[in-house]
Amino acid sequence: MEGFMYPNEVELQWSVLIVLYPFLTGLVAGAFILASLERVFRVEEVKPTYRLALLTALAFLIVAPLPLQLHLGHPERSLEMYLTPHRASAMAMFGFVYLWYLMAVLLLEIWLDYRRDIVVMAQSSTGLKKLLYRVLSLGSDNISEGALRVDDRVGWIITLIGIPSAFMLHGYVGFIFGSVKANPWWSTPLMPVVFLFSAMVSGIALVLLMYMVTSRLRRVAIDMRCLDTIAKYLFYTFVIDFTLEMLDLIHRIYEADESFRSLDFMVHTRLFLSQIVLQIFLGTLAPLALLALTQLMKFPETVRKRMYALAATLTIIGIFAMRWNVVIGGQLFSKSFLGYTTYKLEFVTREGLLPAIVLMILPFFILYALIKILPPWQGESVNAAAAESD
Amino acid sequence: MNFTRRQILLLLPAAAAAWEFVKAGTPDQAPSYNMDEHWWGMLLDISKCIGCGSCVRACATENDVPEGYFRTWVEDYHREDWHIETPAVSSPDGGKNGFPESNLTGGQNFFVPKLCNHCVDSPCTQVCPVGATYHTNDGVVLVDYEYCLGCRYCIQACPYGCRFFHPQKHTADKCTLCYHRISKGLTTACCENCPTGARQLADLKNPKDPIHEFLKTHTVQVLKPHLATGSKMFYNGLDGSVR
Amino acid sequence: MSSRFRDSAHLIRVAVVLLVGAVAFLALRAAVIPKSFGQFGPYRGKALLEMEARPVKYAGHEVCEGCHPDVAETKSKGVHAHVNCETCHGAQAKHADDPATVKPTLPDVAKLCVRCHSENIAKPSGFPQVNANEHSGGQVCNTCHQPHSPGFDAGGKK
Repeated sequence: MEGFMYPNEVELQWSVLIVLYPFLTGLVAGAFILASLERVFRVEEVKPTYRLALLTALAFLIVAPLPLQLHLGHPERSLEMYLTPHRASAMAMFGFVYLWYLMAVLLLEIWLDYRRDIVVMAQSSTGLKKLLYRVLSLGSDNISEGALRVDDRVGWIITLIGIPSAFMLHGYVGFIFGSVKANPWWSTPLMPVVFLFSAMVSGIALVLLMYMVTSRLRRVAIDMRCLDTIAKYLFYTFVIDFTLEMLDLIHRIYEADESFRSLDFMVHTRLFLSQIVLQIFLGTLAPLALLALTQLMKFPETVRKRMYALAATLTIIGIFAMRWNVVIGGQLFSKSFLGYTTYKLEFVTREGLLPAIVLMILPFFILYALIKILPPWQGESVNAAAAESD
Repeated sequence: MNFTRRQILLLLPAAAAAWEFVKAGTPDQAPSYNMDEHWWGMLLDISKCIGCGSCVRACATENDVPEGYFRTWVEDYHREDWHIETPAVSSPDGGKNGFPESNLTGGQNFFVPKLCNHCVDSPCTQVCPVGATYHTNDGVVLVDYEYCLGCRYCIQACPYGCRFFHPQKHTADKCTLCYHRISKGLTTACCENCPTGARQLADLKNPKDPIHEFLKTHTVQVLKPHLATGSKMFYNGLDGSVR
Repeated sequence: MSSRFRDSAHLIRVAVVLLVGAVAFLALRAAVIPKSFGQFGPYRGKALLEMEARPVKYAGHEVCEGCHPDVAETKSKGVHAHVNCETCHGAQAKHADDPATVKPTLPDVAKLCVRCHSENIAKPSGFPQVNANEHSGGQVCNTCHQPHSPGFDAGGKK
């Protein structure tokens, strides 16, 4: 500890797990928005990633509550948030936003889009698999033209509702921080908006990378028109995100309120690596520059792919650093503005680095399982199944 | 002349009646102390605080406060001349064992005892997701240790740093204004043990409480008034450098 | 019309699943939410009573003075008049409850007096403060001062 801190402030309350949580939900919101680009805004080019984006969102959404459970002092009491939610609390209301988004938006949209494939696979598989698909089909086997048209229409409506729902999902997380008047690093009306746009950036970057990786693994050619379009949307979203963050920064520097000197010192010392180096330079300026170059100049396909992959990777690291800087940074300085503390990140403890790493890898395993059960690549396995049953 | 404690407590009828029920293990059936008749606050007189730390020790004893955590603490301020935005502040172990003889000379020096402000519009109760921290009708902010999830949102939301995460209970914890004492007609442990009367419990709803006269004849401040928390801890003689 | 209905029938299955979920949730709420929740406000009412029932450790000076009126008399005449008994003697509710068996331990004078009376620039200027070593040359405070009425003018000198 350096300087003076209120005696109870020296220990950090929210650990790396709480950094992980907005990171994961951000990826969900971002991946979903990319998927909805195709469905609602008819951006045909990104269609190859539609189902992959939805499954990615689901995999990460399933894992998202886990860091919270590990963090709670009494995880066995977590159901209380649904039983006696305190309506004034953003955290309580978020439980319902999450539930709504999971049940009414994501699961329903995936189900409606996959229903035909589910029914076909229910009819063509045997044993346990057959049971699984029958359960997933909810016992209905109507895949007539009429039924599929209904699915498409309802799916469109759900995606439409889903966009503001995705906005709320991550905007709420931003509000959980932004509404804390006790903490000037967090308290700003910009927080939900910054969180949302950085979420979109990270989600789009993730889907871009997932598309490249899965195409490579399947030994299938990448649709460059799709990839270029995703990169374009990544660039635009990133410009907006960067503008918002710069606005926050400039505003703080200009107004220089009572917290400024303390926060400024904190950024230049304790947060130098994570904020200046990782978030700003490597995580924002570098990918922005790479993406801008690809928008302004024509590069051959292989070069573009490498630039996109690098930009997307740096972006994801940068957005993680941003979550770190918000959550951890917000606890490193004293609310007396007279002192600083340090975050002792341990490795093998309940809230240590190891569980964080495990939780970051877990969604990919879940995604793998989801891809196996609900193959995203239209026509392939469904046609194979249909061919088998002939 | 051997009075037992029970006989003394008969002087405090409500407390005596309640005590019987408490001992019988049925506190919920006690003829309660009526919450609606009281509105608790505290007067903290900077001009009287000697930084002895008796309050910190007494609170720790009365409430089993774990080592290294503080329901109340004392800060030592040194304001150099006109440098109101940059005081030198210290609170060695929360001031639990007093303060060492200081070698700072000059400037304005004083002690500031701090505790939960039992805010009327507390940001901590606002953010609790489950209703585990709450306001009582008599103006005390409490934590329900059987219901708290340990999410620590309330600890983040408190501007005064008065909350902490209890290492054994795994819930949030903080000053309870010795609710178990004040509801029996006693004063808080910190006020009972303050040797100079720098800390005085006040019942703002009681027209005969000396605080009303004090508030009329002195200038008082609350901590961080710009946050409009509705703090009920009133400080006499609080310097502008106090954070 | 009937084909339209047939083609939307699978959506009804979804609605049924969601409805069943909602009903299950409401049933769970009724079963699990603590009965006293909402009794006094948006919190578990029993918690308030649990808080009130916590044991008291400091008896309070009125209780002490009830059994020890002679000390109370001495103290009230001196400068320690408003220093409550347990400030120096520690929490004594157990002793007050059972004076015959539970005896208070004498405070460690050397540490005790110094905590209030050692010199510190932040203490109010009128407050008696000394540099302990210079003041008594290492002798413990109650060699010269009667703790219950320590001022010499009030006849506290031993």
